[in-house]
Amino acid sequence: MFESVLVANRGEIARRIIRTVQRMGLRAIAVYSEADADLPFVREADEAIPLGPANPAQSYLDAAKVLEAARVSGAQAVHPGYGFFSENAGFARAVIDAGLTWIGPSPEAIEQMGDKINARNLMEAAGVPVAAGTREPVTDLEEAVAAAAGIGYPVMVKTAGGGGGIGMGVAHDEAGLAKAFEQASRAASRFGGTSAILLERYIERARHVEVQILGLADGTVVALGERDCSVQRRHQKVVEETPSPGITQELRERMLAAAVRAGEAVGYLGAGTVECLVDADKQDFVFLEMNTRLQVEHPVTELVTGVDLVEQQLLIAAGEKTAPSVAVRGHAIEFRVYAEDPKRFFPGPGTIDVWVEPSGEGVRVDSGYAEGNTVTPFYDPLMAKLCVFGRTRAEALERARAAVADFKVVGPKNNLPFCAELLEHPEFVGGGYDTGLVARMRA
Amino acid sequence: MAEVRAEMVANVWKVLVAQGDTVEDGDTLVILESMKMEIPVIAEDDGVITELKVAEGDVIQEGDLIAVID
Repeated sequence: MFESVLVANRGEIARRIIRTVQRMGLRAIAVYSEADADLPFVREADEAIPLGPANPAQSYLDAAKVLEAARVSGAQAVHPGYGFFSENAGFARAVIDAGLTWIGPSPEAIEQMGDKINARNLMEAAGVPVAAGTREPVTDLEEAVAAAAGIGYPVMVKTAGGGGGIGMGVAHDEAGLAKAFEQASRAASRFGGTSAILLERYIERARHVEVQILGLADGTVVALGERDCSVQRRHQKVVEETPSPGITQELRERMLAAAVRAGEAVGYLGAGTVECLVDADKQDFVFLEMNTRLQVEHPVTELVTGVDLVEQQLLIAAGEKTAPSVAVRGHAIEFRVYAEDPKRFFPGPGTIDVWVEPSGEGVRVDSGYAEGNTVTPFYDPLMAKLCVFGRTRAEALERARAAVADFKVVGPKNNLPFCAELLEHPEFVGGGYDTGLVARMRA
Repeated sequence: MAEVRAEMVANVWKVLVAQGDTVEDGDTLVILESMKMEIPVIAEDDGVITELKVAEGDVIQEGDLIAVID
């Protein structure tokens, strides 16, 4: 087993990984940009190495600097967290070539799943259901129009290499397609990844349900239940819960089995997530994409399984045999506390004057900030994840209401008022919601 | 005369107009970027850009003057 881990990330996820690394008796090494020097993850690491300016290209996304930090600190393994280098096969290879342990799946598995077009084709071949869509990259608008005519409107336009909802757009007709195509092309060139674009049939009233898988060191793949991530704004998740209140046990079993097949098809190692779209009325699903990394919302799975997913990642990367429990008990919900206004969800960075986290039975807070820190405009708006556990969904909702009310943030704009509103919304409370819920709340 | 001010801390990603340009209500003047989101700043009046206070790459604070339309 390696003895030290460099965490190539920032904010709440760096802090969360550092916690498990240290609990396992290993040395945690942080890297940070100038903008993040005062954040808790820098202080809590055993060693912290400055990378440079706030701009991610000059710090968190500068591979040479991160690898140099690993060298000078004597790190033996690298954990990428989510975002940044987490799904970058070239970086994974560079880590391995430097003689370090990469905490993630093989670069080949990242590549196969990172290209959404390739992933879709691969899943179809493995017997996982996929939505009607393009099997080759769509390179210009003319091709997009022809493809959409074949698939049928509405279509979802997205970048083959993108993530986090960036560049995604729904088109209901040819005019909308031109706009969505232009937006996706622009995002593809700006936020990295390939410039390839794909089109897929868009399901109007769908739930976004994903399955957590673990590829174990002995080659087997296990599924650790699902997460329902249908509360979204701008195609980005805001609230996640497990178990999903919108699927039957029969559908759950089919989805978990398909996710295991998906993992096996790429010889998957470590933690990964198979994202699906569920047609709640038909109780059917299609593969959306696979995320070859730890997911933001992984704590809800941890709360109902008792499995520390970061610990599993570290053990699996070290080649250790593990046998994580797949028994699920109770219900867990995560609220992403974003620095954004609760009405239009526009960014609202700023200095944190007051920061008081809720606590109590069944409450877990993974936060990246503390009082006195500044939330800057350089990175994503996630300040903290408020997670609650209850024996039943009703108990989890009750605990969530109390915890949201007890969470005090003064300074940056924040979406806690939205979370409180959601917890009183009949669709959410009833459980029969879909990905259009937030838009309907703000219509 | 209308002052266009920043609604949030952001980086100026694109400046789409120049001083002296004639703009119409609804035209995009600049595109800001904050927290990985693009935020277009829109003219709310017809007129001429008499002052343009930002350049691409600038970091601006909430309330900062972006442009004056007269």
